[in-house]
Amino acid sequence: MSETTTEPPVRPEPDTILPAGYDDGQDHIGLVHHTTTGLSNTKLAMWLFLGSECLLFGGLISTYMLYRNRQGDAIGPDQLWDIPFTSATSFVLLMSSLTMVLAVSAAKRKDDGRTHLWLTVTALLGGLFLAGQVYEFTVFYREGLGYTTSLFSSSFYTLTGFHGVHVAAGIIMLMSLVGMLIKGRVAGDKAETVEMVGLYWHFVDVVWIVIFTLVYLIPA
Amino acid sequence: MAIIERPTDSPALAGVSGAVVTPSSSYGYFRRPVQTTGWKSWAFTVDHKKIGIMYGVVAMAFFFVGGFEALLIRAQLAQADGTILSADKYNQMFTMHATTMVFLFVMPMAAAFANYMMPLQIGARDVAFPRLNALSLWTFVFGGIFINSSWILGGAADGGWFMYAPNSSVPFSPTNGVDFWVLGLLMTGVASQIGAVNLIVTALNMRAPGMKLMRMPIFTWMALVVQFLLLFAIPIITVALFLLLFQRNFGATFFSVADGADPLLWQHLFWLFGHPEVYILVLPAFGIISEVLPTFSRKPLFGYPFVVFSGAAIGLVGFGVWAHHMFAAGLGPISVAVFSVATMAIAVPTGVKIINWTLTMWGGKLWFSTAMLFAIGLIVQFTIGGLSGVTHAVAPSDTQQTDTYYIVAHFHYVIFGGAVLGLFSGIYYWWPKVFGKMLSERWGRWNFWLMIIGMNLTFGPMHIIGLQGQPRRMYVWTENRAGEGLFNIGFWNLISSIGSLVLGIGAVLFLVNVWVSRKNPPAPADPWDARSLEWITTSPPKEHNFDRIPEIHTLDEFFHRKYEDVGEDGQHDYRKVRSGEEVIALEESNAEAHIHLPSPSYWPLVLSIGMLILAYGVIYSTLLLAAGAAVTVLALFGWALEPPTADDSEFEPPSDGGQPSKELEHV
Repeated sequence: MSETTTEPPVRPEPDTILPAGYDDGQDHIGLVHHTTTGLSNTKLAMWLFLGSECLLFGGLISTYMLYRNRQGDAIGPDQLWDIPFTSATSFVLLMSSLTMVLAVSAAKRKDDGRTHLWLTVTALLGGLFLAGQVYEFTVFYREGLGYTTSLFSSSFYTLTGFHGVHVAAGIIMLMSLVGMLIKGRVAGDKAETVEMVGLYWHFVDVVWIVIFTLVYLIPA
Repeated sequence: MAIIERPTDSPALAGVSGAVVTPSSSYGYFRRPVQTTGWKSWAFTVDHKKIGIMYGVVAMAFFFVGGFEALLIRAQLAQADGTILSADKYNQMFTMHATTMVFLFVMPMAAAFANYMMPLQIGARDVAFPRLNALSLWTFVFGGIFINSSWILGGAADGGWFMYAPNSSVPFSPTNGVDFWVLGLLMTGVASQIGAVNLIVTALNMRAPGMKLMRMPIFTWMALVVQFLLLFAIPIITVALFLLLFQRNFGATFFSVADGADPLLWQHLFWLFGHPEVYILVLPAFGIISEVLPTFSRKPLFGYPFVVFSGAAIGLVGFGVWAHHMFAAGLGPISVAVFSVATMAIAVPTGVKIINWTLTMWGGKLWFSTAMLFAIGLIVQFTIGGLSGVTHAVAPSDTQQTDTYYIVAHFHYVIFGGAVLGLFSGIYYWWPKVFGKMLSERWGRWNFWLMIIGMNLTFGPMHIIGLQGQPRRMYVWTENRAGEGLFNIGFWNLISSIGSLVLGIGAVLFLVNVWVSRKNPPAPADPWDARSLEWITTSPPKEHNFDRIPEIHTLDEFFHRKYEDVGEDGQHDYRKVRSGEEVIALEESNAEAHIHLPSPSYWPLVLSIGMLILAYGVIYSTLLLAAGAAVTVLALFGWALEPPTADDSEFEPPSDGGQPSKELEHV
């Protein structure tokens, strides 16, 4: 069993194919590498992260759907919703996805000026949406819908608040990205970095479409 | 020999790179750590092996904390009307025992193995995102410390590890304990979530050439399934934890039934996480013993694809059985029937695994090393726990058993008998790989037998105690309701408490073993005649893991490089043609030069500290909150502005001929 040959047989020459995920063992983030799946590490990671985010919003949306009619004698959705206004801010957020696409496309063409422009516009549109949400919350609060007023109000503010925080984080990411691009401090593939922020931004947008439909459009 | 080049902070070079801030200057606004020895080389490391070791050490420390809590519980219940713990302290004790064992021992210990072994098993030099890996580690460490700091800050959480709301809301649990628990679990959740993304990308994207999915070592497969479970289960408990946090701190009423809340919302959210969690705990152990059993049976794993796919099936079905924790909650006959059947169905892939393990040993040349003993222990003990599990898949029977010690017996047989024995098997199996020394087999045997006898004495009687009706989580039992003769719960409680002492001594013997083995001579490179890829390198592995990234031709690559098939007419007859050392030497002789490893970083540690301050801020003061936020934001930007690997210009120039000073002497 432990019979050993004196000389190990000749092995084939070291393979010239690059090992997965590496050029020469350095820099796993940002640069396009030969990976096993062909998808870059960052992109795969972002998709996985967004997959898990679906469950986060799934839980929050379920909680809201469970409690959407439980306002007791307090003010309810029917007296509160201003559909035209929220439609307008939703439209703004949807348009920001368009400008995000333009930014990614510009980045792929290595058109730095347009990339910066469209990223900034995206951030501004996101900011406009957030401003609309803050305005809406203020109106609701004045009309008597505090965070602890009812199960409906708590779950509404929690769900839309979580979404708002996601939008805010997206805006910070967009603005930091513009700053880092201008200063030339983005390591690795710039177009891909823009695309990653874009993926996140589109996700936040898609979630809003679901929230807008379930929370505002479907009658309570 | 491979030449490792390191970033340097020597003044001459720093002057060059620091003179002009050009886009290619990669040190960000702050210097990077470059130490390769001392505590800094650990605190700022991004090396998956060091991170794995730290995960393991911290998890083991929490194992003894949780074990101590268990001993206090058993001491309290050893006799009627125990007085060692007050009712309140008892509640805190069982809550923290479970929380510690689940979140701070089994999960991170599995993460330790996944971190250490996965890159080695797939032929990679590190994980996909080395800094995120460090962030996972430190966030877990600080999360664990944070939860446990509640002991000295007004009392720990006292609602059970499932923390049923509204029982965990302020009127019923007025101390900060539950807040500590919630925030601490949010932190360990962040750690698990990041780790899941990182390890999935690693397993899918970083495999060596030729390493197809169906050639991946089985432990890596099971770890991959677990990461998917974490990825989708953690966000659900995150929602539940946030809702509870808002209820306790901002006056929301998500769980206040008196205000019209749904009494089952928490239970659904929790168990939607909680049941996949059960498989998160046990699947890594399944993966470990699926490596250990073939090695010590000198046979390939029986039905490798079945073990892979049954693992995946367990993961998938694991998301569809959560309501069997709620049979007594009044879900209605249809729900109960559906979840009852689904629960019985999940026993099928589990049974497949047990049969595969048994058939792996069948006809093999068994070598009863300590690792093998633990693996066999797992099969036997887990099967017992699995069988009692099927008895409460049957809903009518479950209504009889629920909230009794019978349930406690069941889940300790599957978690201790499954997860913990498997982890110990892995520790004994991979110890020489990780530390380059063998653990003492003699002490290992004592460690194993005392633990196995201890666990059966502790948890075995709980079946009887439970069926006799002793409820869980009661801090005393009284003599006048203890029953007669053989079924006297007083007798069995005493046996159980004595057993827990035996178990505790058995566990301590592990530490003794580590101590007495500390000066053992270096272990051989292939002490177990192992089969998988992590052994195609030195023990302990070099910092860059492999001198040359191995090319994979088959499952059990290492075995097939050592053995050749000399059988005729379709009969297999494997003969050893070269030793493990020779295989490794061959790889070393073809070493790649100029390897740049990912550079260490301050930011993962700083970011974790920021989160820790944030968590204390939520409980104590807005000022602290602001400080935590500031540190967190600083760390995020420091991180973003720092490339993952120092720029080429900052590396010490490669020397010709491979100076010894550049070669790594130790990990």
